[in-house]
Amino acid sequence: MSFMQKPKVSHSQRLHNELGLSLRDYEGSMSTLCAGCGHDSITAAIIQAFWELNIEPHKVAKMSGIGCSSKTPAYFLSQAHGINAVHGRMPSIATGANAADRNLYYIGVSGDGDSLSIGLGQFIHALRRNLNMLYIIENNGVYGLTKGQFSASADVGSKAKKGEVNLQPPIDPAIAALTLGGSFVARSFSGDKAQLVPLIKAGIMHNGFAMLDVLSPCVTFNDHEDSTKSYAHTRQFYHPAVHADFIPSKQPIRAAYDNGDAMPVELHDGSTVVLRKVSKDYNPTDRAQAYSYLHAHQKRGEIVTGLLYIDEAQREMHELSNTVGQALRDLPYSELCPGSAALEELQSQYC
Amino acid sequence: MPETRTRNLRRSGVQPESMQTRINDFVIKIANVNGTGSASANGLLMKAIFRMGIPVVGKNFFPSNIQGLPTWFEIRVSREGYMARSGRVDIMVAMNAQTYAQDLADVSPGGYLLYDSTWPRDKQLVRDDITVIGIPLSQMVNTHFENVRARILMKNVCYVGALAALLDIDMQVITQLLKETFGNKEKLIAGNLKSIELGYNYAKEHCKCPLPLKLERMQATADHIMVDGNTMAGLGCVYAGATVGAWYPITPSTSLMDAFKDFCERYRVDKQSGKHRYCIVQAEDELSAIGMVLGAAWNGARAFTPTSGPGISLMNEFIGFAYYAEIPAVLFDVQRVGPSTGMPTRTQQSDLLFCAYASHGDTRHVLLFPADPGECFQFAVQAFDLAEQLQTPVFVMSDLDIGMNDWMVPKLKWDQNYIPDRGKVYSREQLESMQVFRRYIDNDSDGICYRTYPGVSAKGSYFTRGSGHNRFGGYTEDAAEYQDVLDRLRRKHDTAKQLVPAPVLRIKKGVKTAIVSLGSCDGAVLEALDVLAREGTEVNYLRVRAFPFNRQVEEFLDGHEHIFVVEQNRDAQLKSLLLLETRVEKRKLTSILHYGGMPIDSRCITEGISKALAKGAAA
Repeated sequence: MSFMQKPKVSHSQRLHNELGLSLRDYEGSMSTLCAGCGHDSITAAIIQAFWELNIEPHKVAKMSGIGCSSKTPAYFLSQAHGINAVHGRMPSIATGANAADRNLYYIGVSGDGDSLSIGLGQFIHALRRNLNMLYIIENNGVYGLTKGQFSASADVGSKAKKGEVNLQPPIDPAIAALTLGGSFVARSFSGDKAQLVPLIKAGIMHNGFAMLDVLSPCVTFNDHEDSTKSYAHTRQFYHPAVHADFIPSKQPIRAAYDNGDAMPVELHDGSTVVLRKVSKDYNPTDRAQAYSYLHAHQKRGEIVTGLLYIDEAQREMHELSNTVGQALRDLPYSELCPGSAALEELQSQYC
Repeated sequence: MPETRTRNLRRSGVQPESMQTRINDFVIKIANVNGTGSASANGLLMKAIFRMGIPVVGKNFFPSNIQGLPTWFEIRVSREGYMARSGRVDIMVAMNAQTYAQDLADVSPGGYLLYDSTWPRDKQLVRDDITVIGIPLSQMVNTHFENVRARILMKNVCYVGALAALLDIDMQVITQLLKETFGNKEKLIAGNLKSIELGYNYAKEHCKCPLPLKLERMQATADHIMVDGNTMAGLGCVYAGATVGAWYPITPSTSLMDAFKDFCERYRVDKQSGKHRYCIVQAEDELSAIGMVLGAAWNGARAFTPTSGPGISLMNEFIGFAYYAEIPAVLFDVQRVGPSTGMPTRTQQSDLLFCAYASHGDTRHVLLFPADPGECFQFAVQAFDLAEQLQTPVFVMSDLDIGMNDWMVPKLKWDQNYIPDRGKVYSREQLESMQVFRRYIDNDSDGICYRTYPGVSAKGSYFTRGSGHNRFGGYTEDAAEYQDVLDRLRRKHDTAKQLVPAPVLRIKKGVKTAIVSLGSCDGAVLEALDVLAREGTEVNYLRVRAFPFNRQVEEFLDGHEHIFVVEQNRDAQLKSLLLLETRVEKRKLTSILHYGGMPIDSRCITEGISKALAKGAAA
């Protein structure tokens, strides 16, 4: 049986957030992924992020498709509703769920097979709609559950465990998101929690589709020499371009940003992401520049990470649809049904 | 049709002696080119007849094309109120040179053919058993209108004028209709009226008006409306309280979402803020569309998607997911001719088996079969109740004939006391007061469990999955746990029998021969029953309105010896479903099938039954 109860380990009494909840309240059931899987680190970062954001767990809806990555929503926020859709189709479920209630927090966890092969269409259309959600791609370049086939994000020349070499060019979700008009494009690494947690927080609070590509090595099928998605390779070619610090709305921004290296971006709810640029020539609010920077560095084999692009002004799906602020599912029936007099009146045009 | 080429054409306006006077009982067929605006002219003609109190129905036979291909519009005037095609053509308005030979051949003996005599006809095409009437439509219109587009449009309005004279249509009714259509656009009204007059006056002057086929005022259309099924289904979604609609454009279902959008703009926009109390998402494909419906329904909104067969094909993986994860969904399948792309603008009832068991694995669904636009409204509302009561996808199996043609149906009534049945959903208060919530426990022994909406209470959370799960909602690969849930789903489908709309019966005691049919066959069956009765053959009738079949269907099948199953597909899908899902013996059932894409007519049924009964008697 691959469903296990998590042992009850009590955390330190002191670790409570503003809601009085401990990290344990943000956890889920026991992970059944391989020991050392990058995905588990991401799960831990998600738990940390929601806990730090003081979000009530049941105000979150977590969703996924099929694959190793898509199992992970069971491993965090057990007090939140979760839905494990069919392979590659989580974005449409998320779209509908968000349409019904725009006031919950939506987090989707997907993988490179789920988002870039079978689900590429749904992924880019959710992005195009600027659906208000955090969309995490746990990217390891390989199909785990079916035992080691290349995925669409595998790099040219990368070797499979059994020696096969990938010859087809990869689909890079960050490049794709930039090109297709994504309003929040970020990349990180499961091994860099310090970078990952603020990115997740910023993604949750971003008003629109936050695409977060996280390199997450597969220890069983893609962590060997000659793999470009291994821990070793990722660490060697890791290139943070922008650091993002997430500052909640109530907290004053202490640092000074007059040197041009840091840039505060206010999010919809009043919180702020402070972007500290590692490279002076990088502007995370200029789509074209972000694109060419990424392109140039990746050509050299570098893995550019950070909050690569953000546009907080882009309108999300409900703003585009001009929907009422209240959740549609909570509207009273009396506000939805035109009634018998209206029906009588309407029918005069069919006589 | 035999053609006599040696004899001369009869002169315009002279009727063959054999033609008897027929009042309010004939068929007008208009052959035209699509994209020329003929639809509004034909609509005007039909509406005028309806306004004269005479039962009328129109069928549009159009190509899957924007402009330039042949299109026909068939208007049946029936004082008896028969709504199906009759198989006759009494007056052909032949406006398309491309199809002239076929149109000429289609006229029933003793009938009429009206053509645009601006240009000479093919002298080779002759029939001496019909009357040909030439009216110089283009010539007249061209002298009165400068604009090229207006000339094309007005030519059509002009034949309506000629028909008004020939059939004795009340001109006041036409004038009134034009005023209603164009409101204060005086120029348009004047132009249309002029064209009507041109045709009207020419016919009056050159032909003996009215023809023996003519109209006389009746009082049979009061309390009726003339409307298509997609419009009514869209309206039904508004009345049901649906807030989320997701779709991908596909003929012949597109106008359903168009209607929903129009009605929402009318009834669901907040007056103060201008904000929408609905959200319509045009998806990237049908699979996404149903995904959105499921996401919204999982989150507690009433959601639906309109589509046709090819869309259902694409939706299959999500339909199975919805069945197994128990998420409500309303799907409108406006059926068209398959397989594959088939004939997108022709009608069929060929998705029955496919929808009944859609998706891989052991699945079975709830289907509703509306027979006309009135039932499209009624079943749209009921489908949402059923989907939420049963927490499962519900298919409303309309078709192109119902969805896109204007039908005459009794005016709709709305019960102000109606309250949507949202099914078994635990509220926050209920959740807070219980020890623990489990998603798939059959508390009420009807196969239906309690669900919760996201965001309501931490105690209501559960994990929805399409993978193997047990009654607690947990992942499982255990045989007994898996079967426990699967067996309950079967029980739930049995519960549906008591909730779905009952069949409609027409029974005489002692009669052992019967028809079982569904959906848009209804009009043809009702007419066939009358024809057969006049010939001395009494036949009982049951119209199935839903799957799963309930006890009344079983009992009807038990009570008859020889049962004709009338349906519009090649493979006898309703018959197959009856054989699979009821105890009926195979030898009792005889199929009458009609699947060429045109709506079924009564003759196909009467001939099929008479032949079979004669064969039975001879044996």
